[in-house]
Order: sequence, then structure tokens, then C-alpha cells
Amino acid sequence: MTDTQTALPRADIAASARTRRRWNPRSLLSKRESPVVLALLLLVLFTYLANPRFLAPQGLKDLMLNATIMMIMAAGQALIISTRSVDLSVGSALGLTAFLTGTLFATYPSIPIIVVFLAGIAMGAGLGAINGLLVTTARVPAMVITLGTLYVFRGVNSWWAGSTQYFAGDRPDAFGNLSVSLLVGIPIITIIAIIVIAVVTLFQRYSRSGRDLYAIGSDPDAAIVYGIPVGRRVFTAFVTNGALVGLAGVLYASRFNSVGAVTGTGLELQVVAAAVVGGVAIVGGVGTAAGAAIGALLLTTITGALTSVGVDKFWQQAVVGGLILASILIDRLATLRRARNLRKATS
Amino acid sequence: MENPGEQPLISLRNAVKTFGPVVALADGSIDLHAGEIHALAGENGAGKSTLVKVLAGLHHRDSGDFEIEGQPVSFATVADSRAAGISVIYQEPTLFPDLTVAENIFIGRQPRGRFGMIDHRLMRDHASAIFEELGVPIDPDRLAEGLSIADQQIIEIAKAISLEARVLVMDEPTAALSGHEVDRLFAVARSLRDKGAALMFISHRMEEIFSLCDRVTVMRDGRYVTTRMIPDTTPSQIVRDMVGRDIDQLFPKFDAQVGAPVLEVEGLNRAGVFRNISFCVRAGEIVALSGLVGAGRSEVARAVMGIDPIDSGTVTLLGKRLKPGQPMAAIRGGMGFVPEDRRKQGLVMELSVLRNTALTLRDGLARFGIINARKEAEVAAEWGRKLQVKSSSPYNSVATLSGGNQQKVVLAKWLATKPKLLIVDEPTRGIDVGTKAEVHRLLSQLAVDGVAILMISSELPEVLGMADRVLVMCEGAITAEFPRAEATPERIIEAATDHAKAAAS
Repeated sequence: MTDTQTALPRADIAASARTRRRWNPRSLLSKRESPVVLALLLLVLFTYLANPRFLAPQGLKDLMLNATIMMIMAAGQALIISTRSVDLSVGSALGLTAFLTGTLFATYPSIPIIVVFLAGIAMGAGLGAINGLLVTTARVPAMVITLGTLYVFRGVNSWWAGSTQYFAGDRPDAFGNLSVSLLVGIPIITIIAIIVIAVVTLFQRYSRSGRDLYAIGSDPDAAIVYGIPVGRRVFTAFVTNGALVGLAGVLYASRFNSVGAVTGTGLELQVVAAAVVGGVAIVGGVGTAAGAAIGALLLTTITGALTSVGVDKFWQQAVVGGLILASILIDRLATLRRARNLRKATS
Repeated sequence: MENPGEQPLISLRNAVKTFGPVVALADGSIDLHAGEIHALAGENGAGKSTLVKVLAGLHHRDSGDFEIEGQPVSFATVADSRAAGISVIYQEPTLFPDLTVAENIFIGRQPRGRFGMIDHRLMRDHASAIFEELGVPIDPDRLAEGLSIADQQIIEIAKAISLEARVLVMDEPTAALSGHEVDRLFAVARSLRDKGAALMFISHRMEEIFSLCDRVTVMRDGRYVTTRMIPDTTPSQIVRDMVGRDIDQLFPKFDAQVGAPVLEVEGLNRAGVFRNISFCVRAGEIVALSGLVGAGRSEVARAVMGIDPIDSGTVTLLGKRLKPGQPMAAIRGGMGFVPEDRRKQGLVMELSVLRNTALTLRDGLARFGIINARKEAEVAAEWGRKLQVKSSSPYNSVATLSGGNQQKVVLAKWLATKPKLLIVDEPTRGIDVGTKAEVHRLLSQLAVDGVAILMISSELPEVLGMADRVLVMCEGAITAEFPRAEATPERIIEAATDHAKAAAS
């Protein structure tokens, strides 16, 4: 055996560990989120310089409102992707819960708003449970299963809604106001979203089952050897994601005028894109809900920013696509560089 | 060291474990006492790993007694054995690359503080304390990705310590370690023993067994042979215990006419993997490449085939120099390669028996790029008949076949190309005894037909029974060459563990 496995230069490592001991606020977000935060800040800065109205109170409010629903869904998706799965049915699930919200208000006009929220979340969790059950028992990749449920859920939505659409006028003012009223300058539904995302991120960082999700995504076979209840954890992740999508569906009905058979169509790819841009590796093991939410904020802000500086809609899509590729490329390059440094250190 | 009256911490008696018709463990017995390091020795296939997996709760014994401190136990899962205080460290530990070192140690058991939230700082401090105790400066905050195998093993040991394991089983932990990493591991092992843990240590290296261990138990053919105190025995006695048997008639060796050189390998080097590899294989000759797992034998074969890159050296096939790194050229030149891991590298498991057999012949069967299905079926059927592949239909996927029949399909696939040189890597691993003999008969017949065969095998009886010549590798170098008449188990084992000569070459 030649000496290829010689130990690392230990003293340096130990020293650097000690200097990093102090707690810093950044430890909640891993370094993976820094590029997306930086990109967001630069984007806002340059757009503001080009068009100062972009950061006027109304512009800022629209920005947050537009991002809110995607942010919640991206946070849920982060849970799934970190276990090396994916849920493509979220657009259809959102459509179903949004339509449920419209139906409840139209059928029982005096229904308490909180009951509608609970019903939407419960329905979302139920749809998530269907996905979770299929994924954990069928041993077929989640991408295929949820591609199936994407169409099934959408089909149910079409059958249920038919040509019916519910409009904002069918819903109580108090409900619609959630998307209008501000609290400390932030729309209420955005505050709800931020709280939810913070809770999910804390769960990922500070709970044993949250850490298990990363272990599963990092090496599923090792997770089984270590005695981690892989099936139960993945199932719970799908149910939680479903509940978050359910919440997003209710908020969708508050934010937008009409809900019907095609509500939420195509959202799933934007959600996955947001998570990936936000530092959630598609191969699992890393990334946070907060990062995914910031990714969602970045993607919606780009669209708004390009509109406000007068870029053609056609080009906006291309820019979003380029951003996705860039973030994957940066991630890949960082991984390769890390691997190379490790090899150098050990040879 | 040992007090015969003392009750052993762990006692396994007459354990039997079968997989279908294959008996992996016929009589597994071992006693582990607190405060001893106990070696388990035996050839490859002697049942050591099966015994370890029974202790670990990965396999369930079919019969036999298993007691911990005199209480009968039965483990349903790995978690059960862990709860009983048994920790197993495998040759190549599997850590979670995306998690930190500290988290890898405590996954599922992280210390919790306020509101039941994980106290990452406390977890890190616990990990640091263990590393300090072990005297190894590993940063608990770094990701597990890219850690050397030696460090990964230390992390497994740290995990065992944090679990307060009383029994630590190490399955060939030193196979991939360099000299001073082995020293570090041994220092850790001794300090654990002195604190009262029972350690079981599997190794092929006699000098390691004699420098580290207090007792040794020898196994052969899935059976307990003997247990000896290390001070009262010698390496050659243990080797005799390990191989003490006649080579049975499993190996039909036909007389083949040895002809001109087919494969000539000259000065093959690949940094850190193998060096100065030179040998030749003649028509009609079976040359065995022997040595321990990890000696670099498969790597040499892959380099000869052009699958892996080389730093220097030449491979000449039938007088024509092969360009390195071009397996297609090697195949066209008349080479065939039956890899060790047939499931991953030798077969397309989902495809049918027929398709797998005809895979190497696609070009010959195709006209204008379209494969003639009838001709494909005919060729495949012909080879299936010749090799007596037992499948209910040639259209079934190969995944449904037994290991032995899968191996025959791999052989059929290559024989259909009419190779001049066939490289077989562990041709009978995981194959039942009856089919083993058929594979051996087939290889022998091929040699008679003038094919040159390079056979990599870890099973000594197979090497001794089949080979015309034996090359022995140790740590990436060829340390000995024996003609058939001079090859004995003792000589081969000695050469396979001749680290001094390997280091010098």
C-alpha cells in the first residue's frame, strides 16, 4: 500500500474548528444559501437603480404577494427533495385545495375562516398522504408516482369543478383582506408564510426526524443500516408538504380573483426550480426550506424586475431558465472543487 | 489473560446459517471475554463474515445458541444487537457524506436541549471529547464527505464508544489502511480493551494478529476449527489450521497443450494501485492471479482490459500492442472479461437471458444497424445449450436466474465472441457447489480449446486446483510466481502477506 491515505494536516483543522466555535446567526442557514441571497440583493439593487418605482410601497407589496404562495410550496418541496424524492403533484393539489376553499365559502357563506384554513390544510395533507403511501410502498421513484398523481388530482379537479368558477365576490371580505391588509408593512398572508417557513427550517435543523431526512437523502442504503425509519420519515415529509400545499391553496383563493378547474396548472416545475435555485440539491442531503423560499422569492422578483425595466415577456422565461442552469452549474463546480481539495489534502 | 472459569461476555455455539442450498456457516462458535482482543482467522469463504453478521443482527441464525453474559438472546434487527452493546465496524464504513462528523456519530441520538431541540454545540463537544480520548484530531464540524477510510473507521469507533458498546467487532479493518493508520487503530483498540471491552478482530495478516491479539479462533469451510492462545502458537500453525484439508475433486483439470504467448503485460504501473506488473499468459494455459482482497488484482485486470487508465507499461495481445484505455479495441482484439460483480458489471439484469447472451454480438447480428431477431435467438440458444444454462425460458430476465446460471450467461456472452484471452474475476463467488464444478469444467475445456485464461480468485482450492501457474499479488505488486507443481497453500499465503517484499518492489 502506498501512502495515499495519509492523515490530513490535523493541527490546522483543529485550530480552524476552534475559531469557528462561536455561534453566529448564519449557522441557521448553511453556506449554500449565500449565492441566492446575494443574487436577490443585486437584482433588487440594479432594478431599483434602473427604475426607482420598483421599491415603492405598492411595488414592494406586490413583490411579496406574488412570491408568498410559491415560497410556502418551495419550503415544503425542500423537505421532499432533501430526502432524494420529488413531488410533482403540488400544482394539482393546490388547485384542489383552492377550489375547496371557493366551494366552502360559496356553500356556507357564514363559515368561520379558520375552519376553511383547517379544511384546506387537512385536504392537502390527505393528498400528500396518498403520494407518501404510494412512494414508500411501491418502490417506484417518486418522480413517476407524483407525475401520475399530478394528472389524477387534476382530473378530479376538472370533474369536481366542471365549468364552475368561484370569484372573489363569493368570499367574505375579511378573507380577501388577508392579502390586502398590512402588518408592519407586510401583507398578512406573507407573514403567515414567513412564520411557516421559519418553523419548517427550525424543524430541519433542530429535530432528530428533521436531521434523519438529510441522512436519508445523503445515502438511503446507509440510512437503513443505521436503523433510521426511512419509510415513516419519507411518508411524513410527503404529508407535511401536502399540508403546506393545502395552506398555499387557501391563500391562493384569498390572493387571486378566480379559482376553477385549471388553478395551479404548471406550478410544480416553478416550485422545483425555486428549491433548486435556493440551494436544495436535487440529489438530496442538503438545502433548507428557508433557502428554497428565498429561491422562490428570487424567481418571482426576476419576473417583476424584468417587467419593470421593460424586458419582453419572452426573454423573462429565458432568464429564469438561465438562472436555474447557472445555480446547478455553480453547485456542481463547488462540489468538484471541494472533492479536488479533499483529494489533494489526503494524497 | 483468559480465565477459563470466567463467564464470557458473548458466547456463540454451533450457529448454522444457510442461504437456500448454500451453507454459509455450518458450525460457528466463538467466545468473547471482556478485556480481550480476539482474532478470527480463516480463508476467504470460511464463514467469518457470516458469523460477524449473525453477531450484528443482520443475519438470523437457523440454529445454535447465542448468549450474552449467560442469557440467551436473539436479534431481529441491527438495533437489537446495538442495544445489547455490540458494535460492528465493516471494512468500508458507510457514513452520510452530507452530514458533519459529529452528526454521523450521533444520528438519531442527538443530544437535545430546550424545547427538545438538538443542541448542536453539545453534540460537537461530545464528539470532540471522544476524539480527544482516542487521541485523534478529527474536526467534528467537517462533512464526512472525502474522509479517508481510516478516519471513517475512527468515526465508527467513536460511535461505538458513544453507544457505550461492550463488544466491538472489526471486520478486516486494516485492509485499506497505511502503516501508521494501522498503528493508530491498534492503539485505540488496545485502550478500549484495557477499559474492559471485548474486541473481535478479523485480519488476513498474521503479523497483525500476533502483535495485537490475545487469542485466535480459526474457521474453515464454515466450521469452527480451534481456539488458541497467541503466546502459545505460531503463524505457521494457524496457517495449517486454516488450510488443513485435501483439495477435493471439485476441479476437473484437463491436460491442455500450452502454446504461444497470447497476452504479454510489461511494466504496468498505476500510482497508488499497482506497480511493476509484468506477466504473460499462453494459449491453453490457466494463470491464476492470487492474493488477498484489496491486493490490486481486479484493478490489474481492468487495466489490462483497457477499462481503467494506466500511468505506464504495455499490454500486448497476440503480438499487437493495445492502446491503453480502449476496451472496445481489446474486445475486437479477442479479449473477454467476466467481472467480479456480475450483477452490476456483467449483466443487464432486466434484459432477457437471450438479449444478454447476444449483447456482445450485436454488430455481427445486425444488418444496416438493425438486429436480426431470429439469428439473435439462434445464437443465444446455441450457447445456452452448450453451457447448460437452466432457465424456464430464454425470454425471462436474467434477474430470475440463480447466481450460478447468471454466471453461465456471462460466460456464454463472452464465449460467443470466440475470445483468444478470457479474464475471469472470481468466477465462482456466490455460486453453489454443483454449479461451481460446471464452471470449472467449462474453464478447463476452454483451455483445451486453446484459449488463454487469466483467473482471479481468492479461493485457494480453486487456485490450486485449476491453475497451471500462480501469480501472487500483495499490496499492488507481484510477490511470487509458482508453477502448478510448486504451488502450496502455505507458500501462496506467505507470498500474499509478504508486505516487506511488496514494499521493496
